[in-house]
Amino acid sequence: MADLALRDLVKTYDKTQVLHGINLDVQDGEFVVFVGPSGCGKSTTLRLIAGLEEVTSGGIEIGGRVVNNLEPKHRNIAMVFQNYAIYPHMTVRKNIGFGLRSSSAPRAEKDKRIREVAELLGMTDLLDRKPDQLSGGQRQRVAIGRAMVRDPAVFLFDEPLSNLDAQLRTQMRLEIKKLHQRVGSTIIFVTHDQVEAMTMADRIVIMKDGHIQQVGTPSEVYHTPANTFVAQFIGAPAMNMLPGQAVENGAILLKTGDLVKADLPVGTGRQVTLGVRPEDLTDAAAEPFLEGQVALREPLGHETLIYVTTEMGEFIAKADGRRPPEVGATVRLGAEQENLHIFDAETGSALA
Amino acid sequence: MAVAEQIRPTTDALLKTGGPKRPANMGQYVRWALLFLGGILMVMPIAYMISTSLKWPHEIYNLKLIPEEPTIENYTFVLEDGRFYWWFLNSIIIALITTICNVLFDSLVGYTLCKFRFPGRYIIFIAILSTLMIPTEMLVIPWYLMSQQFGWLDSYWGIMFPGLMTAFGTFLMKQFFETVPDDFIEAARIDGLNELQIWWTVAMPLVKPALAALAIFVFLGNWTAFIWPLIVTNSVEMYTLPVGLSSFGDEADVAWELIMTGAAISTIPTLIVFLIFQRFIIRGVVMAGLKG
Repeated sequence: MADLALRDLVKTYDKTQVLHGINLDVQDGEFVVFVGPSGCGKSTTLRLIAGLEEVTSGGIEIGGRVVNNLEPKHRNIAMVFQNYAIYPHMTVRKNIGFGLRSSSAPRAEKDKRIREVAELLGMTDLLDRKPDQLSGGQRQRVAIGRAMVRDPAVFLFDEPLSNLDAQLRTQMRLEIKKLHQRVGSTIIFVTHDQVEAMTMADRIVIMKDGHIQQVGTPSEVYHTPANTFVAQFIGAPAMNMLPGQAVENGAILLKTGDLVKADLPVGTGRQVTLGVRPEDLTDAAAEPFLEGQVALREPLGHETLIYVTTEMGEFIAKADGRRPPEVGATVRLGAEQENLHIFDAETGSALA
Repeated sequence: MAVAEQIRPTTDALLKTGGPKRPANMGQYVRWALLFLGGILMVMPIAYMISTSLKWPHEIYNLKLIPEEPTIENYTFVLEDGRFYWWFLNSIIIALITTICNVLFDSLVGYTLCKFRFPGRYIIFIAILSTLMIPTEMLVIPWYLMSQQFGWLDSYWGIMFPGLMTAFGTFLMKQFFETVPDDFIEAARIDGLNELQIWWTVAMPLVKPALAALAIFVFLGNWTAFIWPLIVTNSVEMYTLPVGLSSFGDEADVAWELIMTGAAISTIPTLIVFLIFQRFIIRGVVMAGLKG
């Protein structure tokens, strides 16, 4: 185990800069998830940490040692790939033990280590099978086992669950989380799935266009998003965004003429964006500020999501699961003041 | 009688016969006829080779397929002639060493061109490919001069050196290495293997079909090679099988029955190799998009 630090990390391919000075400190034993849309630079960052790509400028430190110029094998890291990368011509035993090939440890010790890892992953009975005799989840476990067997300082996971079906993905998510709790290793996990990020991470790093947008615990990035991108990327369905203008007493005047009570710390006249999560926007609010017709309903059991068409566009809100409004019905929506997120309309940065 | 009972016998009969047969149309008959003709064209030379090998010399120019007085005298003569074993051994040694070298060197170069990024990679690949356009007839004179200068005339090394690595093999292997995901290579790199270990331990086992196809192409090519071994060898002991067989007879007369007997015997190893590995050949050809 070791801590990890990224210092002004820059990566350029020919003339295209894909990472623009990434700075991050990961504590020893921390589970950090990099999340963002395709092309945001999260996998590139992981590959730089692994040593599979050369750093253009900046530094990477693992356990206090700068590893920029070290070969991947000398960085004491292990990586789990998206398509597992387990060798089809080798048995599970050989695949798991592959990382020990270059070790000078006696054979008996290597075998013991392979068995330990197999037991930890519940794969003892599968050791003599070939990968084509395994299910997707079992293959993923072999890949994790191969990473674990060397007891590396840092584990790197590159979208390891994206090839699994929904049910298996949920199961593997739990297993990786449990594994982390048991072995306590430092993990960097890359995904484009914000649910994976929220459920697994100690801290989430949200990236866009080669920049870090926000670093924080799942609760922090959900409840206090740093900007409109984070606000809309984290949470499903995405946060509703309503354009407005700051008026007297910290309130917001929507384009519809409705007034939203808020506690804006900016002067009047400034253009702002009001963000409300669908689960906070309800048809049972004390002081509604948005009126529209129900265009569609999505029953989720305990609650129903309603798609409401208004003068300012379509918004998603939450309604009672047992008595949702009919399609075509007019509803008035509102939210508690504490659940309002206000962003600068020009920069997208959070104001309150 | 219920409707279900009425139709059951018909249904059962259809299930047994696999359903009503579609009548063959005229186009199908034409296709079969053409295939039959093609088959005859392919088989006839082999049939005549075997037929001639079972004939007496006076019967050679009688084109009947079935010999009037079949004999195995030719086989006895060829197998009792010590030279035949030398030629067979020479061909085996040359074909095997060339095959092993091609499998190793072609795959090494193919792997390097496929999996490493370095300046000039594309130009090198094109340069290698472009040598495929040069006919062997144009190369034999420079080869001969080189052999002479290096003192390789009339030696195994002289026969083998032009074919120890081939552009076709390099191309075939490069195409196959494209199918090996980079993740496998990178995972091995992280696990501490050096590049040569990765090539041997990870990449090579994953392209076994291509290696088998390449091995068969090269083996067959060298087993049947004639022009270059004929030019580079002088002594009868250094002849390969095709060269040796062509030497049966003299200036006045060619002993076709002996040549055909030797050819029939020399076909056996290639037939065995082909029957075992033919599925690999087909996969290799399909993958490379080239004829062997």
